[in-house]
Amino acid sequence: MRAPTNTNEGQFIARILAGETELFHDLIRPYERLVYVTIFAILKNETEAEDGAQETMISAFRNLKGFRGESKFSTWLVTIAMNEARKRLRKAKTAAEDSLSEPSEENEGDFTPAVLTDWREIPLEALERKELKEKLREAVNALPEKYREVFVLRDIEELNQEETAAALGINVTLVKVRLHRARMMLQKMLAPYLKGQGAVQDAGKPVAGQSKMPETRGDAKRGGFFRRWFQ
Amino acid sequence: MRLECRHVWEHISGYLDKQLDPEVLAAVEKHLASCEVCSAVLDSTRNILVLTADDRTYELPVGYSERLHERLAAVIGRSE
Repeated sequence: MRAPTNTNEGQFIARILAGETELFHDLIRPYERLVYVTIFAILKNETEAEDGAQETMISAFRNLKGFRGESKFSTWLVTIAMNEARKRLRKAKTAAEDSLSEPSEENEGDFTPAVLTDWREIPLEALERKELKEKLREAVNALPEKYREVFVLRDIEELNQEETAAALGINVTLVKVRLHRARMMLQKMLAPYLKGQGAVQDAGKPVAGQSKMPETRGDAKRGGFFRRWFQ
Repeated sequence: MRLECRHVWEHISGYLDKQLDPEVLAAVEKHLASCEVCSAVLDSTRNILVLTADDRTYELPVGYSERLHERLAAVIGRSE
């Protein structure tokens, strides 16, 4: 979740730059989670993510005078975090692996969602289940990097489209396209686990561009629980 | 405007983000009202986003904050 906006941030930054460097601890406190989760979701490794988060904050401290307030401080931090994560990922990954895991945007084809016509209301306790969260983390990890980046910033960190575009150095249209594809890939991977009784089945490994037409099963009976929740 | 299922799926994300043009939105809603398959796709996608936004899905390592501030303190101390 996004940290609340700190209205004193501008003043804080001015005071830190004027020499009250200790205030930097308080400046970044609301964003500790944001920075860690962003890097973790990219690197999928706790130790690397923690180290990356520390490096991000140190880099932010050293480059604070370069922050002009044109973007929000949080967006600026995420940009540094994302660069740190990408740098570490490049180190860890060979170019060959890269080209295998990342099909080009042009030839990925349609993303067909998983269709569950026996969809039922999801009991709240099912969403609380640790197992389901684990499945979600695995599914996010399975997304190709460029989709994972957008999904992390938009749907985990809840940055808006413009902030996400700025942090990733891409345009808003691409943010929308990638986010949609990321969500549809996750839907396909996770839908089997989200069924009424939370029955765990083999979701299969979704592969971009190889979606089949959805299978129709059973009786359709859709629950309105979430719709009601959201309204 | 009349939409087929596969066209509705292309708009799921835009629908959830409330970014559809009024004409498209009306067509999507009309389709959803009578199509349980697409409604299920929409609901499952929405549920995933609810789960994703839950802070407890991604937990911080124990002691993360302490270690972070300790390391920062060392860097800040040196800068003075």
